[in-house]
Amino acid sequence: MRAVDSSSFSTKINMTTTLNQQTLSHLDWLEAEAIHILREVAGQCSNPVLLFSGGKDSLCILRLAEKAFRPGRFPFPLMHIDTGHNYQEVINFRDQRAAELGERLIVRSVEDSIKRGSVVLKSADESRNKHQSVTLLEAIEEFGFDCCIGGARRDEEKARAKERIMSFRDEFGQWDPKNQRPELWNLYNARSHKGENIRAFPISNWTEMDVWQYIEREKLGLPSIYFAHNRDIVMRNGGIFPVNVPLTNGEIINQPKAGEEIVNMQVRFRTVGDITCTAPVPSDADSLSKIVVETATTTITERGATRLDDQTSDASMEQRKKEGYF
Amino acid sequence: MSKLENLPAHTDSLLRFLTCGSVDDGKSTLIGRLLYDTKTILADTLTQIERTSQKRGMESVDLSLLTDGLQAEREQGITIDVAYRYFSTGTRKYIIADAPGHEQYTRNMVTAASTANLAIILIDARKGVLTQTRRHSYLAQLVGIPHIVVAINKMDLVDYSQAEFERIRVTYLEFAEQIGLQRDGRDISFVPMSALNGDMIVDRGSALSWYQGPTILELLESTPPAHSERTEPFRFPVQFVCRPHASDNPELHDFRGFMGRVESGQIAVGDEVTALPSGLNSRVKAIQLGNTVLGHAITEQSITLLLEDEIDISRGDMIVKTALAPAPVKQLNAMVCWLSETPLSSARTYIIRHTTRESKAKVGSIAYKIDVNTRAQLPAEGSLGMNDIASISFKLAQPLMVDPYDVNRATGAFIIIDEATNNTVGAGMVQA
Repeated sequence: MRAVDSSSFSTKINMTTTLNQQTLSHLDWLEAEAIHILREVAGQCSNPVLLFSGGKDSLCILRLAEKAFRPGRFPFPLMHIDTGHNYQEVINFRDQRAAELGERLIVRSVEDSIKRGSVVLKSADESRNKHQSVTLLEAIEEFGFDCCIGGARRDEEKARAKERIMSFRDEFGQWDPKNQRPELWNLYNARSHKGENIRAFPISNWTEMDVWQYIEREKLGLPSIYFAHNRDIVMRNGGIFPVNVPLTNGEIINQPKAGEEIVNMQVRFRTVGDITCTAPVPSDADSLSKIVVETATTTITERGATRLDDQTSDASMEQRKKEGYF
Repeated sequence: MSKLENLPAHTDSLLRFLTCGSVDDGKSTLIGRLLYDTKTILADTLTQIERTSQKRGMESVDLSLLTDGLQAEREQGITIDVAYRYFSTGTRKYIIADAPGHEQYTRNMVTAASTANLAIILIDARKGVLTQTRRHSYLAQLVGIPHIVVAINKMDLVDYSQAEFERIRVTYLEFAEQIGLQRDGRDISFVPMSALNGDMIVDRGSALSWYQGPTILELLESTPPAHSERTEPFRFPVQFVCRPHASDNPELHDFRGFMGRVESGQIAVGDEVTALPSGLNSRVKAIQLGNTVLGHAITEQSITLLLEDEIDISRGDMIVKTALAPAPVKQLNAMVCWLSETPLSSARTYIIRHTTRESKAKVGSIAYKIDVNTRAQLPAEGSLGMNDIASISFKLAQPLMVDPYDVNRATGAFIIIDEATNNTVGAGMVQA
């Protein structure tokens, strides 16, 4: 192991005095729980990997990993499953953050799965979001990973509310909601046989608000598209749809359809994912403190507002998870 | 309460609690009410359940739909598993463990209870104290939940009668006395309420003016946080050892950090400590979190400990204060809840995972089983099946550093793993 230069972060531990003993504030408690989970992965698994997209949840996990393992290196590489349809700002931020940390970043792309023939798109403009599962499973096999650490939260979606912190997946990457391992106290069972896989979710118990407050407290950097900015959009199916988005390879995707009127609107993204299925919300929140207030006063759930892929059916997420999605 | 008043502060505390009861008791409605009245439910979710309520021909919004589960569950009309839900009030963040009321009840309730500091036990005012009420109460006691709230629901269906409420309260207290529920400083509160109308949950409503006590939310807000009510000895199971071997940074060349979470007690720089099972002594040189240096650390804090002496410590070892060290044991008695459809087999070797340590274990003998409805001890005939609870002795291949569960929930608990399938098949609580 090689030591990494002391990074700039510093933490004040907030303590609330109660009765005869001090207890942790909710943010400190959530942080301590997540660090504990990351260290259990490191202690129990022989070849884990941290899924890192450049999004806000995975950026929180990187900070948690710094707190868990510095001054040592992370006991796992970072990996991004790139649909090829990601915002440039996010991809650049992803690379920048990995470089700052001095940690190894693996990128595997859905594009390569398409070339191999393991992913077949129904049409050229079909969302590649659900196909990430195939590329992820291929990468797990390629590297022999026995655990993937992800940033999923139980408050995001009802199929996640019953997810374990250490979630077992069979050889096909499948999640069986009827056959989950009981998870008691903080005694996690991350054992798996060869070919099987554990998905570990250190921020399971965090809400969207917790994430933003943690980002605010830790002064974490974020891709610029989380903050209010002007963007060309059209209204499609009652929602805001970003159009004419340039990719890192120079290609422009999300062309407007005939008859759609392009509007330049002040928006920001609450979640960041595949361009074809992630919608921004109208917002003037251009700072972290404004985002925290906006999160507290919004009337729309995180995925309700922004994830077009979850709206196709009541059980979309559950279905994708059974197929190996994280 | 407006949303902005609810804006949580960074310094809010946290409480984990459990709700027990069946859908018929109004458990889902209670949870829906807590989420709705604390403005946790957002407009799109509400629109969705309004639509479903209308489709099912209901006049008002059915808040129980907020906890509607997975497709697999809806198809079979059952609740499979513990669900976790969240809300904040502006002073506290809450994590609700919502255990389903039917199938596999014991297993799910023990799972949900394991992390809870308070249990809300629901009683239907029309039905009073039932067998399931006794079972919930006994399991809450078994798993060591220090605060019990008996929520007497559906008061609207008994004309908000104080006499009915009193009758149920007295019956429950008699039963609580029998099982010693109030021993070990456990407290019991009674709240009359109507989840349907929202009386005495967040708002007081107007129908229960004879009741002067706190609402459900007021009880939640005033319950002391976990680990704050008694002094516990310092227990630090080592999760991971950090040795950066930094050739470019001489300060880190000899760095040897023992990483883990303080499961109980406190530690400060300079404290005398012992590593177990080796029994080697040293002193705390430094406490860190990432690159931040701390003077001391408290329960549930994840830290890195540096010691003054170079002693051999690895994952699975435990660092304790020298003055209050537990004795490593190679045999233990425990109350075990069996979680697997495959029965316990005395012929087999299992893995016990206790804190960060694992040991092979064999069943010595089963002393007795427990009837979870009556709490009676039954002769241990046959094996242990799913949802059974029994007192079992184990022989261990490796020493474990345990405390009695009654004294320390973190170091008194263990899980049993089936080596062949890697499944978690049992939950154990060490007996004194």
